[in-house]
Amino acid sequence: MATTEVERRRGQLAALSIAAVVIIVGVPLWWRTTETYRAWLPVSQIKELAKLQLHLSADVEVVFARGTVTPEQQKKVPLTQTQNMEHRVDEDTALSYRYETRYRTATIMEEDALNQPTAAEADLSLHTLSESPSGSLVVYVIPESSSLLPQNVDVYIGQRRTALLRIGSQMRVGKTLEQLLAHMEPRIKQVLHVMSFSHTDITAALSNRVRISPGNKESIADSMRAFKSSPGYEITFSLLNPDPKSHRLHWDIEGAVETYIQPLLTKLSPVANFSIDSQTLYYAMLGVNPRFDSSRSTYTLNADSLAHVINPVEARLGSNAASSNPVLNFLLYIPDAHHSPLYIHDHKKQQVPTNAFHSPRWGGIMIIRQCWVYNVNEFYEVDTVFPVDINIDMAKVMGVFLAQLRLLLGVQSSTPPPGFLVAPCGNAGLADWELDRLMWSRSVENIATATTTITSLAQLLDQIGNIVINDNIAQQVSSAVTSLQLAVSELEAGNLGFALQYSKEAILSSERAFFDPSLLHLLYFPDDQKFAIYIPLFLPMCVPILLSLLKIVSEARQKHREKKPKKD
Amino acid sequence: CVGINLRYRFHVSLLCKLVSCFGDRAGQFFSSGHTNNWAVLVCTSRFWFNYRHVANTLSVYRSVKRLGIPDSHIVLMLADDMACNHRNPKPATVFSHKNMELNVYGDDVEVDYRGYEVTVENFLRILTGRLPPSTPRSKRLLSDDRSNILIYLTGHGGNGFLKFQDSEEISNVELADAFEQMWQKRRYNELLFIIDTCQGASMYERFYSPNLMALASSQVGEDSLSHQPDLAIGVHLMDRYTFYLLEFLEDIHPASKTNMNDLFKVCPKSQCVSTPGHRTDLFLRDPGSVLITDFFGSVRKVELTMETINLTDPIDAESGELQKEMHTYADQLPVSEIIHQKPKQKDWHPPDGFILGLWTLILLVFFQTYGVKHLKHIF
Repeated sequence: MATTEVERRRGQLAALSIAAVVIIVGVPLWWRTTETYRAWLPVSQIKELAKLQLHLSADVEVVFARGTVTPEQQKKVPLTQTQNMEHRVDEDTALSYRYETRYRTATIMEEDALNQPTAAEADLSLHTLSESPSGSLVVYVIPESSSLLPQNVDVYIGQRRTALLRIGSQMRVGKTLEQLLAHMEPRIKQVLHVMSFSHTDITAALSNRVRISPGNKESIADSMRAFKSSPGYEITFSLLNPDPKSHRLHWDIEGAVETYIQPLLTKLSPVANFSIDSQTLYYAMLGVNPRFDSSRSTYTLNADSLAHVINPVEARLGSNAASSNPVLNFLLYIPDAHHSPLYIHDHKKQQVPTNAFHSPRWGGIMIIRQCWVYNVNEFYEVDTVFPVDINIDMAKVMGVFLAQLRLLLGVQSSTPPPGFLVAPCGNAGLADWELDRLMWSRSVENIATATTTITSLAQLLDQIGNIVINDNIAQQVSSAVTSLQLAVSELEAGNLGFALQYSKEAILSSERAFFDPSLLHLLYFPDDQKFAIYIPLFLPMCVPILLSLLKIVSEARQKHREKKPKKD
Repeated sequence: CVGINLRYRFHVSLLCKLVSCFGDRAGQFFSSGHTNNWAVLVCTSRFWFNYRHVANTLSVYRSVKRLGIPDSHIVLMLADDMACNHRNPKPATVFSHKNMELNVYGDDVEVDYRGYEVTVENFLRILTGRLPPSTPRSKRLLSDDRSNILIYLTGHGGNGFLKFQDSEEISNVELADAFEQMWQKRRYNELLFIIDTCQGASMYERFYSPNLMALASSQVGEDSLSHQPDLAIGVHLMDRYTFYLLEFLEDIHPASKTNMNDLFKVCPKSQCVSTPGHRTDLFLRDPGSVLITDFFGSVRKVELTMETINLTDPIDAESGELQKEMHTYADQLPVSEIIHQKPKQKDWHPPDGFILGLWTLILLVFFQTYGVKHLKHIF
């Protein structure tokens, strides 16, 4: 009898100790060995960044030339004013614009510079005096009697960061400085809209983050045309020669790229890296049959048929296999001898002066004009010796390609308000204030994209508990968050160059973190599959333990019940 | 940079407003918001008896190429073991019509993922963009927020899953999550998803991202049937849904204006035996206004270039010449070293485990049979 008692007690002790080991040692061990390694992410900072508050500030200097202010008004100058404008785009995004305007009178050297005969020369000499930092503007106010600007033009926008504003004479007689400033304000606002950031541009740059209902058809076309912000672009120049038997083409592409395209790309180097290559394609047809226009004795391509030109050619273009950067293709087509000369007609049957067209986010195609080619007559003589040598005038060709390149990169010029005269851009192909505008919108776009990427990555990692988060991903995320915070603060301070640089770093880190190959979620386990895996492992072990525990509990209860009547 | 062209542009814009040509040009932009097209065509089966799935995919590939999408924008995943299969009576061909009418394999098929590279992991990597940095451009889906993507899947499927090459499966939840990640990164403007498998409609049940339109060849609980066997080749050549889909696509040319409502009517129950299904509730535009060529073709939008920049600097000829360097190809392999190599002296190694084990086995058997007394003859 004692042995069964001992046995029973031993059995109880065994069951209890097994249960204890399972619960105290087994369950934590199973938990730790089946959990995935997830490095720490700065989730709170990411949540802060999800609510994006962008402050953009620009410095404007308004310089009064002699004859624009009266002596008593002049006493109150120099003066500084600050204007703030707030816009709420949606519940997560808010924008605020700040313009710090400083008013002062012109120095003697600036007066001399403004005495030049034409506005362009005045602009040049003003630039030699002082160089404004990027993101800032200088507006020179000149009297009505000045002959710098033509009759119907009030504002001249220069190639750098200066503008000339002519005020009417009636404004300065007997009025206080405040009234004068209030009178000038609409004009200065217009200048700011053209030369610095405008609300439409900035909200267009936020399109990745905010679903904005499109304003008008023109803005949709503008937003679709330019390439999205990317750290690098590849530009390919292709010469298409469908008829090598008749034409032997010579184009000095290296010299042309070096002289005409490279200055623009060097100026754009803070925005992105560019790599250029060129190729010649033989026997590359256009894919559309041109029609013969007997009235002008030329072959014509209708604007409607241009859409079908690109696809057959694109298959032969090729691209750099090593990089994933967006590619801009610029094609120059020399029509074959039987279809020469070839001109593009627009919808109204007028010849297009550039003879070129471009496709949004792809590139441009140009058909050579006869006048831009040396050594070729309009019509071939009967006894011409084929192949004919053709030298292409690269300056004209590159002029068109440069205009297309500007459009595709987002340097667009909306029509300026009436009374404005915009100077033609210099040899670099890009005015300084156009570069500033591009830098503003690129910074905002980069910041918006990086915040969206980081926020959605954090959300994704939070939702799917099975994804492993390696240390390098956590490090990329942290550096992206740091760069974003720095970029936002630099934007607020008005340091455009630094803001763009930090925003580019933020984009790189966030993209690297989001597109890391290790973040692939292939571990979708529905609940019934989880049960199916664990039950055969744990059930055979747990059932005897549970049963013996139940037996112990029922015996203890029975003993307790037996004890009770004894007590009674 | 308007300068001297300002006046010309002013006149043109004035005329245009009168003739409302702005409306035409912007109208073309306004109808669909995409600027480029991509296609991801996946055949998820291998082995000879699944000939029809490869033929399905290749037929769709041909149509998509014919309508204008270039190879650089098509990601084709095939097991690619049909054309050179030992059982193929006509090697290097894959036919899609009875009596060997149409060879869809052709000369210019560019398969991006072939053989054992067609896995669920690679498919999801393509969609989400999480490819290793060494992946070449042709194997990536480099779409942006203005790309319309066509995704076509075919193979063997079930309720909520699709089988990949007889070894793994992708579930509808994973697919929906992949599309959501694509949407988060704005990797598509609109997406058309076509699936030709048994119980195909279950694969699009779980989608929840915007701008997705889905078509399937059969409802849940139905099987998608094949079309016609070819007695010479010995297998079924195509599936019914894709066969009638291709008949429909043969009438489409790059300038046609057929819309999606006609695509939904392809292959009714009388022809297909299964009931094709579609899902458009996540799509923002009305399907009647969506052109077939928005997804299957690649119609480019063009604008006439009105501006030009006056460039006056002459090209500096000398600096170009000074920088010319002669480029030569680097030798890929050290050929001279390889040819004149002397054979290497092989070091002596003791006999490895296999030989030792074999001899031990022989000795054991010998002594087992004949007894231990023979041991003294050995040692």
